Amino acid sequence: MSVITEQSSSSLALVGGRLAATDEKVTLVIRDGRIEAVTGPDSNHGADRVIDVSGCLISPGFVDLCCNLREPGNGQKGSIATESRAAAHGGFTTVCASPETSPINDSGAVTNLILDVAAKRSSVRVLPVGAITRGLEGELLSDMAGLAAAGCVAMGNGSHTVGNARVLRRCMAYAQTFGLTVMFSPENRALAADGYAHDGLVASRLGLLGIPEVAETTAVMEMLLLAEETGVRLHLSQLSCARSVEMLMEARRRNIAVTADVAMHQLLFTDSALSGFDSRYHVRPPLRSESDRQALLAGVRDGVIDAITSQHQPHDSAAKQAPLAATEPGLSTIETTLSMGLLLVQRGELSQPQLLRALTESPASVIGCRAVIEPGAPADICVFDPGEVWTPSASNLCSVGLHHPVPSRSLPGVVRLTLCNGVIAWSLQPA
Amino acid sequence: MTVQDSPTTSLQLTEDGQLRHFLTLDGLDRALLTDILDTADSFIEVGERSIKKVPLLRGRTVVNLFFESSTRTRSTFELAAKRLSADVLNLDINTSATSKGESLSDTLLNLEAMASDMFVVRHSQSGAPHFIAESVTPGVAIINAGDGRHAHPTQAMLDMQTIRQHKGSFEGLKVAIVGDVLHSRVARSQIRALRELGAAEVRVIAPATLLPRDVESLGCTVDYDMARGMRDLDVVIMLRLQKERMEGALLPSEREFYRLYGLSREKLALAHPECIVMHPGPINRGVEIESAVADGPQSVILDQVTNGIAIRMAVMSMAMGGQMADRNRQPMGGVTP
Repeated sequence: MSVITEQSSSSLALVGGRLAATDEKVTLVIRDGRIEAVTGPDSNHGADRVIDVSGCLISPGFVDLCCNLREPGNGQKGSIATESRAAAHGGFTTVCASPETSPINDSGAVTNLILDVAAKRSSVRVLPVGAITRGLEGELLSDMAGLAAAGCVAMGNGSHTVGNARVLRRCMAYAQTFGLTVMFSPENRALAADGYAHDGLVASRLGLLGIPEVAETTAVMEMLLLAEETGVRLHLSQLSCARSVEMLMEARRRNIAVTADVAMHQLLFTDSALSGFDSRYHVRPPLRSESDRQALLAGVRDGVIDAITSQHQPHDSAAKQAPLAATEPGLSTIETTLSMGLLLVQRGELSQPQLLRALTESPASVIGCRAVIEPGAPADICVFDPGEVWTPSASNLCSVGLHHPVPSRSLPGVVRLTLCNGVIAWSLQPA
Repeated sequence: MTVQDSPTTSLQLTEDGQLRHFLTLDGLDRALLTDILDTADSFIEVGERSIKKVPLLRGRTVVNLFFESSTRTRSTFELAAKRLSADVLNLDINTSATSKGESLSDTLLNLEAMASDMFVVRHSQSGAPHFIAESVTPGVAIINAGDGRHAHPTQAMLDMQTIRQHKGSFEGLKVAIVGDVLHSRVARSQIRALRELGAAEVRVIAPATLLPRDVESLGCTVDYDMARGMRDLDVVIMLRLQKERMEGALLPSEREFYRLYGLSREKLALAHPECIVMHPGPINRGVEIESAVADGPQSVILDQVTNGIAIRMAVMSMAMGGQMADRNRQPMGGVTP
């Protein structure tokens, strides 16, 4: 299989594919980076270039609310060039870049640097998330208005916590002043302490230091109450507990402006993945119990959880080559996110429309964008064959991080073509 | 509900069920545990000879790799290896390479380059010996000498040997483990061994702050009240209480802990008259156990230490046997678990 990396012609037609949303067979005409027409299969498109996508589904490109590109500062773990290419391979056309870079993205200058590099080297749209506190230290407010002016789509604290409720309240109030969305991964650091695994059966048996559910749920409750009071638009990232989903539902009933996401691996795995001390599955928040997994799936099905993220965290091999407690958390996921989702569809745990909604329009709306296939919209498109299988390996993954969650397993769903702004970001010729 | 531990089982056992590493008691069946105890019994006699050596590991190099300090465990492993005629290298890594920034993987590569046959590993992190067993070249046996809060399988087996010496068998036995179960690798391995060997009941006795989440899932019952928990006991095992537990807000004071959970003569009198008293050591007199009990007629604490050498000889010789069986099965040495 070879990869085409050429620029798009000025007009392009995708023929023979079906729209994922409606299963209609269509011809998609793209001109100057935008969708010009969505027409019947046999229409005369007059495009300069034609790509046959027979047998494939056409979806809006996926939108990732939580992705670590590792640039600037962590070249051994990845770069905007490598990780955006991985994103395109995974069918993503928009990724929100975590502020956890080095230096941390807590000033307009760093945002500009990220956007400059992305403009030159990225295969997909990169939308930075600004650090809501200086240095992500949870003590002083960052220049949020300046970060937003430079191009940050939301303010967050990465995987760090804002431990002080007074600072958290002021973060929210200040962000609300400028109509900014805040993104927090809820965790009470005092309760999580030195933990690195779900505080449950597996941790008790293996003697792993546990992170109890209350480390998440007390933080969710605190954030919901503060969001209600300040009126800020709150996005809760990476929920892991059943009880968090319940609280989210209750908050929605009270009309609190809150959205939420879950990482794909939380929908597929539980803490039993750690039973052989497999450091690959050291993630944060930790993989929890089967009943948590079921509640998270139900939350996605019902739309209470808006989005599924990759929570892509590429690492160099040394970061994972140590006893479990000494390894760094995170999986390299963005290239297998769609396939993991399709596994859930195969098992009947999600429907395909539920999966695609949580990868496209719902995350887009969290950051005030749209992800649609209609005339006039930007040509951000993912074309995939849901029935074709592939086996991820070092030879076919683009990310620097090779610790993906489904090793040596054949997976459904091959991304054949990704267009970002009408430009081919990823293309796989038929085998 | 018990969780299957197949990745570890296939790592530490050969195709035909022999020990290749000794990482945990999870996944080891009663026949194998009994085999370890029987083999250890046969080695007790070696310790009583004037020349205390057998040639089972002659020409082999055993490295004691201690990332956490230990006196008793390391010295009994050293004696066990020497009585098996192995060459022994003791490395205290907490004062050596890793403090210079070398990663565990790199330390191991260097030690392997010295053609070692066995690593005896103690580490403060749960699963470290498991990681090492997965990383080393095939043919090198890993023996867990205690990892974090996870397991201390040789300690648990020497405790089982001590119980069997005094009680004959495990059938019908009521055993209590008292104290800091949360932080105890010894307790986890003991509970597993006692259940597999057929003890009637394993009780853990401690306040809720010193118990792991869902501790019953390990196969024990819980009693917060020591007086009630001591009833009808055949064996009581006291755990060491670290002073740091007060700082972590797990306990108010040593005095209150001793009053509620310390083994005094009065509390011991509530157990079966022939109840034996055990402690993995080192003991804190007056914190978890009264001196008169530790030194009393029901105490078998020093038997535990003596049995430590025989158990470690048994496990080391069995794991080396499993490694040799692997090598014979695949003469090219390409065994990957």
